Amino acid sequence: MSNKSNIFVKGIVDVSPLMIPVVPFGIIFGVLAIDLGLSPATTMAMSIIIFGGASQIVFLQLFSAGASSLVILSSVGAVNSRHLLYGAVLSEHTSDLKMTWKIIISYFLVDQSFAVTNKYLKQSSDKDKVFHSFGAGVTCWMIWQTTTLIGIFLGSIIPEELGLSFAVPLTFIALLVDDLRKLLNVIVIIISGLIATFGYEIIPFKAYVIVAAVIGLLLAMILTKFKVFRNG
Amino acid sequence: MVDLSLIIYCGLVTFFSRYLMIAILKKEMFTDRIREVLSFVPSAIFPAIIFPAIFLDNTGMFVFDSNPKIYAAAVAVLFGLITKNVIVTIFSGLTSYWLIIYMF
Repeated sequence: MSNKSNIFVKGIVDVSPLMIPVVPFGIIFGVLAIDLGLSPATTMAMSIIIFGGASQIVFLQLFSAGASSLVILSSVGAVNSRHLLYGAVLSEHTSDLKMTWKIIISYFLVDQSFAVTNKYLKQSSDKDKVFHSFGAGVTCWMIWQTTTLIGIFLGSIIPEELGLSFAVPLTFIALLVDDLRKLLNVIVIIISGLIATFGYEIIPFKAYVIVAAVIGLLLAMILTKFKVFRNG
Repeated sequence: MVDLSLIIYCGLVTFFSRYLMIAILKKEMFTDRIREVLSFVPSAIFPAIIFPAIFLDNTGMFVFDSNPKIYAAAVAVLFGLITKNVIVTIFSGLTSYWLIIYMF
């Protein structure tokens, strides 16, 4: 087995534990999409074309609230802005690769794969170490497509009274638990949440997600600036 | 009806958010300052999805009295803080939500 394959397999192994929570997340997405009246083909197309859990759920949430295409698109863009950071970290190790590889690695770059690859990149000195991200990403892709498919089948079986849509905020709470221990993050979380809640009816075009996110990020800029000053 | 072209546009936005930095950055161009602010992106965006889904009903009305979602979300936050486990967080919230709506 070549060196690249070894690193690819290492990516698969490293990301596997993080796939456990992705299973219910993917199923929930499939179930919700079917509940909202999307066809199985459209639901599957979303998972393949977008391939981003948070983006797809935000898409569904805003679509069911009757938001316009532009608002859905810009909100998906806002949700995705965290990928810029991931790409920036990986770019250090992809600069020598061909464009095709850059495109492939980008398509498979998700939260879970980045989390494990970021750790691996710090430990390894191998020149091909970025293929770790590819292995981890492909694993996420397989799990995401399979669980979407399971969700599509379950969508017609699971009764609506079960309130499975409540799993959406719960999933996002789960993704935030690490930040709940940091004071500045908690301040940003509460302010952004309040703006979205009270702005839900007031802010036009259902743009509450993006408005709350932008204000939250500006607040984070101000708060972290203060912190820098305080530290010297 | 969801338009396939909207899905494709969203897919392109998602792809380019992943590809942009990989394509244009040569070596480390991100300062620690930008890195720090970007680390707040989840904290800025996710609550905008979480809070309305808990506090508002289907018509966008504020529900505070006997709202099972508030209690269930509080349980989820508590379990999340203690266990730091994604799956425990989700299922503690869902289980307490079902307990509340079916038992009271």
